[in-house]
Amino acid sequence: MIDIEDLTIKTAADLLSKRQIKAQELTGAFLDRAHKLNKKLNSFITITDDVAIKQAKKVDELIVDNQKLNPLAGIPIGVKDLFSTQGIRTTAGSKVLENYVPVYDATVVSRLKDSGVVIVGKTNQDAWGHGASGENSDFGSTCNPYDLTRVPGGSSSGSAAAVAANLCLAATGTDTGGSIRQPSSFCNLVGLKPTYGRVSRYGIIAMASSLDSIGHITHTVYDNALILNITAGYDQFDSTTSPKPVDDYTKDINRGVKGIKVGLPKEYFESLDPGIGEKIISAVKILEKLGAELFDISLPHTEYGVVTYYIIQPSEVSSNLARYDGIRFGFDREKFGAEAKRRIILGTYTLSAGYYDAYYLKAMKVRRLIREDFEKVFKKVDVLICPTLPTPPFKLGEKITDPLSMYLADIFTVCPSLAGVPSLNLPCGFIGDLPVGMQIIGPDFSEKLLYQVGYAYEQETKWYQKRPDLI
Amino acid sequence: MKKNPKSVFRLETRSRRAIRNPKSEIDIDYVAKLANLPLTSKEKLTFSRQLQDILGYFSKLGEVDTQKVEPIGHITGLTDIVRDDQTAPSITQEEALKNAPRTHKGFFEVEAIFEEQN
Repeated sequence: MIDIEDLTIKTAADLLSKRQIKAQELTGAFLDRAHKLNKKLNSFITITDDVAIKQAKKVDELIVDNQKLNPLAGIPIGVKDLFSTQGIRTTAGSKVLENYVPVYDATVVSRLKDSGVVIVGKTNQDAWGHGASGENSDFGSTCNPYDLTRVPGGSSSGSAAAVAANLCLAATGTDTGGSIRQPSSFCNLVGLKPTYGRVSRYGIIAMASSLDSIGHITHTVYDNALILNITAGYDQFDSTTSPKPVDDYTKDINRGVKGIKVGLPKEYFESLDPGIGEKIISAVKILEKLGAELFDISLPHTEYGVVTYYIIQPSEVSSNLARYDGIRFGFDREKFGAEAKRRIILGTYTLSAGYYDAYYLKAMKVRRLIREDFEKVFKKVDVLICPTLPTPPFKLGEKITDPLSMYLADIFTVCPSLAGVPSLNLPCGFIGDLPVGMQIIGPDFSEKLLYQVGYAYEQETKWYQKRPDLI
Repeated sequence: MKKNPKSVFRLETRSRRAIRNPKSEIDIDYVAKLANLPLTSKEKLTFSRQLQDILGYFSKLGEVDTQKVEPIGHITGLTDIVRDDQTAPSITQEEALKNAPRTHKGFFEVEAIFEEQN
């Protein structure tokens, strides 16, 4: 049997196109591993053997027929359980939707299916996307493959754990305030939060509609760009998607960083684990050696990011979750878990008559100031580099009883979300056996540049080659 | 809708109080009713306490001067997005009802909301 532990999308696609392996064999190997390790990790809520085998068989037929295929054809992926999948149960990680089987696909899912991906399962997550640890799932916590006593990050917890443990080669995610970047950082993976409106939200269960960004998690930068090539672009079913033309994200990815101006926002280096600060600094030194120029810059409204985010987000959550009444699908509102209830109450309060101006409206004003901070610095520099999280992965159970301390884990990821700009998490080393990640943040629609910078760094370091030891 | 002068007054005083003192007491029963969310008495107690903490933390936003700042809309600046007013195929009635716990002759079935008058 083929060894799948060191594969990336690029190397697997190569094997498939040279007919050294069949899509069905590749899928079978990943499904076996998924079944074997899911008991340990709890990264999938549903494993979709039948669907995967059927999709793989179709790809094999196309290969035999000498059809020209997308590099994603035959690639086993996981889909976060927030994405509607036709005929496959979609729970959002909540018991409210435990029995819900969508009758249509999210736009991203249908685009990925058209490119020939093989869906091996629906990944676990903090219910409705609410959380930074995976512990708010109504289907049990997910473990970090690098240390099973620690959290994988969240809310795309299962997506990150599944890719890190090689149960699939990529997984979709959603990022409202860090839900892709954070678990990617905790699990040594490349995770993209695209510009707001670059990727369609249609068919994805909404969390906070003015913030939700749809991305994905992979081992390498190149793999990540391959997926954005499929998912990015205008969608008539999501009027907030941008009509701007989509780049070819893999083209010129190896252009390098010579002359690229990298800003280091001082506010992001103030209160963090010293080990993490060192990793980020040595990473930017590598980029400097490759020809990038470094600049100290300031984003003065950073300290208001978490407050602003935790007013806007629960407000929009309370509105979006109002539709779950158990009449058209799912169960009634008693089944909401503690965190969803907490956010519904908080958001309902901040939007209620008499408080709207003091909270939501005020926060939307400060949000403008936060965005203007980014607009100003991007007149001087091309990208920003900063930590993704102030600490390495924490222990399961460590923060679950204190919601406010859990919310503060989002301190470095919420500002790019509020500003709407894209941000790429990139692995930048380990503290002991625990992964550390950094963010590369760029102006609106600069995903191509983020990939170029990330790729240059990754070629020098190849942290993705260090996979967890699980069997 | 006709405006009730009494409720407008209530709205203003509340708003002022919230800005001045964001730690003002949260009426959990009122909010739970607005949210149509059934809570146990234990949950009410826990959430009241936790939300009080969080609202206390929110008062930090009072430090930012936003007198001359407009609230932001669509973040990358899209405005007035419309599509052609044309019909297109969608899901069938049968599909729309597929996940409904109770249906009646091709419709969603809900609890009656009016009581019969004797």
